[in-house]
Amino acid sequence: MKNKYFLPLIFLPLWLLLYLNLNSISDYLTYSILGLEKGGHLSNAIWFFIYEVPKVLLLLTLIVFVVGIIRSYFSPERTRKMLGGKKLFTGNVMASLLGVVTPFCSCSAIPLFLGFVQSGVPLGVTFSFLIAAPMINEVALVLLFGLFGWKTALLYASTGLLIAIISGYVIGRLKLEYYVEEWVYQTTSKKQNIIEEKIPFLERIDAGISAVKEIVAKVWIYIVIGIAVGAGIHGYVPENFMAALMGKSAWWAVPLSVLIGIPMYSNAAGIIPIVQALLEKGASLGTVLAFMMSVIGLSLPETIILKKVLKIQLIGIFIGIVGVGIIIVGYLFNLIFA
Amino acid sequence: MNIIKVYGSGCANCKKLEQMCYNALQELQIDASVEKVTDLKEIMKTGILSTPGLEINGKMISSGKLPTKSTLVHWIQDNIH
Repeated sequence: MKNKYFLPLIFLPLWLLLYLNLNSISDYLTYSILGLEKGGHLSNAIWFFIYEVPKVLLLLTLIVFVVGIIRSYFSPERTRKMLGGKKLFTGNVMASLLGVVTPFCSCSAIPLFLGFVQSGVPLGVTFSFLIAAPMINEVALVLLFGLFGWKTALLYASTGLLIAIISGYVIGRLKLEYYVEEWVYQTTSKKQNIIEEKIPFLERIDAGISAVKEIVAKVWIYIVIGIAVGAGIHGYVPENFMAALMGKSAWWAVPLSVLIGIPMYSNAAGIIPIVQALLEKGASLGTVLAFMMSVIGLSLPETIILKKVLKIQLIGIFIGIVGVGIIIVGYLFNLIFA
Repeated sequence: MNIIKVYGSGCANCKKLEQMCYNALQELQIDASVEKVTDLKEIMKTGILSTPGLEINGKMISSGKLPTKSTLVHWIQDNIH
């Protein structure tokens, strides 16, 4: 059983080797093996596909592994403890940051929400957590970094955090506890003290490996499809085609993209390659990132689940505030990157 | 009577855990009932923050993760009558 811990050690140099040579490998496969002409639509599309798929998958595997290890240091129970009793704004900041690193699956949104609210974590602080967790996930960040560079990834992460903090703060100040279903505050729960054992570091590596198996297995098909679509756009859609629809001059592009994005849900992996292709064709960065945030961060399935514990008004306010936040960020990006 | 409860409202991991419990019990030849609890209020009462939750004979063993088969077997063996 111990031998599998050597996997990461062999894996890393292989990873580097492959990653650093992607350009040449893509060139070789597209132009030599497949014999395509440089500059043609099909060859551009295929080169894009051959280059991006392994690149994205490699990045994804590495980051998911690292984040899996980091996540093993956090748990919802520990997060709840840390958030209890914090003053409103501090709580929002901490909750947003913790939302990024605490292991979270959207199916657990409800038990988590209930558990937090019940044990006295303020409603606004809980919301900060729930906004940050799905939106700023490592898959999104990896892909943004891989496809657009660290500045874009950093900007996405920091504005995402800002939206989570401020939205949660505003919701907290609006005193919306009335719109939580009554039974939430009426039911008493046991204090769960599942003993948190000290986890040996080797077991954390295990956590990293299982995270890779679980996430990459779930997500790779979306990546391939997304990149294929992106490749098609890259190869065949004329430059500046998107400029009319999603370019800077179209002021309504930002709110429209966000509105379209709200009912859509995709995991980050699927949407980013499309985002990249759109960007290449003249859509402006702010509009496209706003679209992405609203697709990943606000989802119809999630709101349907939340309906069980929140009254419709609170759900509406939640979506409204986050939506407005994303729109503002979209405009800001467009301004900065003018 | 040994009672195993799996708390979870329909996510894939919760269903998987339920199935794993059945399989483990069959392998171990242990007599126990497996109950899947999907009611939110009931889940909330236990105080767990993430699903699936695994409870054996009244004791909450884990929440929020899918154990490996061998871990699950250990937990069952440690907690049944």
